[in-house]
Amino acid sequence: MAKNSEFRDLFPGALEVMILQSLRLRPMHGYALVKHIKQVSGELLQVEEGSLYPALQRMLRAGLLESEAGVSAKGRPTRIYRLTEAGLRHLEQEVISFEKMFAGITRVLAAARG
Amino acid sequence: MHWLAQLFTRRRRYDDISVSIEEHIAERADELETDGMPRAEAEQTARREFGNVALLSERSREVWQWPALESLLSDVRLTFRRLRKAPGFAATVLLTLAIGIGANTAVFTVVDSVLLKPLPYADSERIVALWLDAPGSGGLASSSSGLNLSASMYLTFAQQNRTFASLGVWVPRTANVTGIARPEQAQMEGVSDGVLETLAVPPAVGRWFSPSDQEPDGAKTVMLSYGYWQRRFGGDRRVIGRAIQVDSVTRTIVGVMPRGFRMVDQDFDILVPLAFDPSNQKLAGFGYNGIGRLKPGVSLEQADADIARLLPVWMDSWSNGPGTNPHFYERWKIVPNFRPLKQLVIGDVGSVLWVVMATVGLVMLIACANIANLLLVRAESRQQELSIRAALGAGRARIARELLVESLVLGVIGGAAAMAVAWSGLRLLVAIGPAELPRLSEVALDGRSVLFTLLLSIFCGLLFGSVPAWKYAHSTAPLTLKAASRTASEGGAHRRSRNVLVVVQVALALVLMICALLMIRTFAVLRSVEPGFADARHIELISVWIPDLLAADPREVARMQQQIAANLAAIPGVSSAAFAADVPMDGNDANWDTVAVEGRAYQGGEGPLRLYNYVSPQYFRTMGTHIVAGRDFTWDDLNNLSPMVIVSESFARENWGSAPAAIGKRVKKYANSPWQQVIGVVKDVHVHGVDQNAPATVYWPAMFYDRFDPTPQMDGLRFVSFVVHTSRAGTDGFLNQMQQAVWSVNSDLPLASANSNLPLASVGTMQQLYVLSLARTSFTLVMLAIAGTMAMALSILGVYGVLSYAVSQRTREIGIRLALGVPRSQLSWMFVRSALLLTAAGVLIGAGAAAGVTQFLRSLLFGVTPLDPVTYLAVPLALAVAALLASYLPARRAAAVDPVVALRAE
Repeated sequence: MAKNSEFRDLFPGALEVMILQSLRLRPMHGYALVKHIKQVSGELLQVEEGSLYPALQRMLRAGLLESEAGVSAKGRPTRIYRLTEAGLRHLEQEVISFEKMFAGITRVLAAARG
Repeated sequence: MHWLAQLFTRRRRYDDISVSIEEHIAERADELETDGMPRAEAEQTARREFGNVALLSERSREVWQWPALESLLSDVRLTFRRLRKAPGFAATVLLTLAIGIGANTAVFTVVDSVLLKPLPYADSERIVALWLDAPGSGGLASSSSGLNLSASMYLTFAQQNRTFASLGVWVPRTANVTGIARPEQAQMEGVSDGVLETLAVPPAVGRWFSPSDQEPDGAKTVMLSYGYWQRRFGGDRRVIGRAIQVDSVTRTIVGVMPRGFRMVDQDFDILVPLAFDPSNQKLAGFGYNGIGRLKPGVSLEQADADIARLLPVWMDSWSNGPGTNPHFYERWKIVPNFRPLKQLVIGDVGSVLWVVMATVGLVMLIACANIANLLLVRAESRQQELSIRAALGAGRARIARELLVESLVLGVIGGAAAMAVAWSGLRLLVAIGPAELPRLSEVALDGRSVLFTLLLSIFCGLLFGSVPAWKYAHSTAPLTLKAASRTASEGGAHRRSRNVLVVVQVALALVLMICALLMIRTFAVLRSVEPGFADARHIELISVWIPDLLAADPREVARMQQQIAANLAAIPGVSSAAFAADVPMDGNDANWDTVAVEGRAYQGGEGPLRLYNYVSPQYFRTMGTHIVAGRDFTWDDLNNLSPMVIVSESFARENWGSAPAAIGKRVKKYANSPWQQVIGVVKDVHVHGVDQNAPATVYWPAMFYDRFDPTPQMDGLRFVSFVVHTSRAGTDGFLNQMQQAVWSVNSDLPLASANSNLPLASVGTMQQLYVLSLARTSFTLVMLAIAGTMAMALSILGVYGVLSYAVSQRTREIGIRLALGVPRSQLSWMFVRSALLLTAAGVLIGAGAAAGVTQFLRSLLFGVTPLDPVTYLAVPLALAVAALLASYLPARRAAAVDPVVALRAE
């Protein structure tokens, strides 16, 4: 996915969680979302901008998000994405499972080191 | 319906996606511009950073799609567009399919309604026909209903069985109904207790017969059929309690059966309780049809065993009168052989229907082969396009799928059109109403027919589509080059697959044509059989019944009958008139009873059972039955009750060696009956149809005396058929005059009413009975002949198509050959020879298949073996000639090729 080898590839599901977490703060349109993720991750994570859109559609279809007509900061017509109740629940479950996974990986790494 | 809603909101989703993406890129470009990048470069960079815009939009949209369906739909759209561009091709294929599938749907619907669906009674699988085998009873046990039950049998079985929930007997009669409008003959069913309970169809109005209605001195009641109720009483519900005269007995209407209710396989007008009197029954009188409803969980074998146990009980409980041996019937070897009622209703029509179903199925296969050939040719013309698409990366599966989609679309559209064809076909069938077909009233298109059509359409589509799909999915890439090259004529592989299809067609057509010809030859043999009567077209029939209450004295009955015959004979244009208890080929026998010949010893003292008929003077002359020896009865013979009989030629030959030797010999009925002198011998009559042997028959005078009476007394026949030989048979004026002739004797005498469905009771000619007796053969014959002709036409079209396509594809090759000096006649021969080779291969395969298939026809054939050499020679010859003709045109075209033009082409 990432063309640039100095950045890490995202593992499956990571993009969704980042989108959900970002939209939890406030509803955003597509470009704002990309900018937000880049800024927050300190540009450690590279998101191919375009790949955001199929992901957004998948999540809309799954009922995790809603979209509505709106305008961008520059006043252009766009679509604003908003988290739904289901999306919020999904995010919480995913965060828990990620934390478990990270804890597991950390332990394995620590053991290997020890 | 979630996906459906999605389909409608999708357009909006797509807009959302493009708006979002466009805004994204614009905003990024704005930012880059703000950073100091020129606008054009900023936009470009923004797009590059975004990725492949078109692809990502597509991916985003795909989220909302069902990808397989979407591309399938686009294939379907493409197919429609292509078919519109080739209307000739589309019309040919669709017409072929509509007729082929339509014929299959129609026949399937008939097979389904008649053979497969249960009878329209509740839990109908528990209803059984009380069929008794009685191999020792001569003709009394018929092949269509076994030995009928007697009233005493019914009484014994009904009271003492352990396996039936209900059991009863019924008998069709014609009844004289008065008290409504003018007297008319109505179709009546006499039913015992247990019949309505067995069929378990509740009345539409009123009630069933109660047990007390079945008491011999109980209330006189009657029930109506729905049709009769509508016709005669306008469907008035107040008809309950009203009285009508049935055979001069006043009966109260207690109920009306619902629409569509039939007495097993018969339409009727009225139901009347049989009300047997147990104190007045004999062992004999085997005239009732038995039906019963098994208790749940009881098998047919258990029921058989139960009734077999009761047969000795029956013989011990009843008698035929003082001095008779009640265990006489042990000689008949009566064995219960109960069977599902459905089997009785269907009879032997099953074999015909399956043959017809197989036939139309074969025609469908041939049609599919033709269509497959057309598709192959079409795919060949699209070869360039397909190759380019393959080169651009379309997978084989993708191309095969597209070709299959095309044929499936054709199949399904053809199937839809076929429903219309089937619907009109069935309308026609029901309108014609072949008498041979039971349950015809139940035949109608339904959900099962639709499902069958759909499945058949898809099957056909896959069948004829798989040939080109398989071919082209396999060999696309190399063909691009080959097809473009100037030296090659045509791919050998494609020619081969088309040839195989033609061979298959010819083989299938051969099978059908052999079957058809076998039936035609059967029909010809049947037509050549002398039925035993002559000039059937000019013999008019009417039945008249004189009930007890109209004339109690048998002498009075006889006098009336004699008067009617005289009146009929006096009508202008009538050459003779007479009457008999029964006429040939009407499906009934007058009687079967024992006959002993003088000077012969019989085991058990009584002679074998013989067919009886009771005839008036002039009967043989009227029917055109030749008197071989001796003389006819005279009215004096009848009036004097002279002890005389006339016998059939076969009876005479069997007992005395020849017809003249029989004259003056004596026969008698039972041991203590008087002797009857043989005064005449007549030609054999095929009373059961020309495909059956003519039974040895004894003709009694229509007036005779009963042996049970201590002193000989006149007894007559109350129900007789008058036969009238006239050049005016069938004209309206003549029918009116016949009515007048009957009514002038007694105005209360009914003729068969026009609405009665039974041909034997209605006015008609002997010719109609004769044709009816051939109905099964002629129906099969017509179906097979139609199918065989269609098959032949289709396969010849196949041969023609393959050859003319080959000629058009090989024009260049032909040109080269001509230029090199090959004679034109040799070129023509080249094509004719290939047609003959294809036909010969088809004929060989087909003949082998036909030898197997025709074994199934055996039961329908008469006087012809399934391997009839004439048929097996004639059909291949006919096919070969047809193939020659079919190849003639393309061959001539090949010979007419101008080498210069051919080589300059392209």
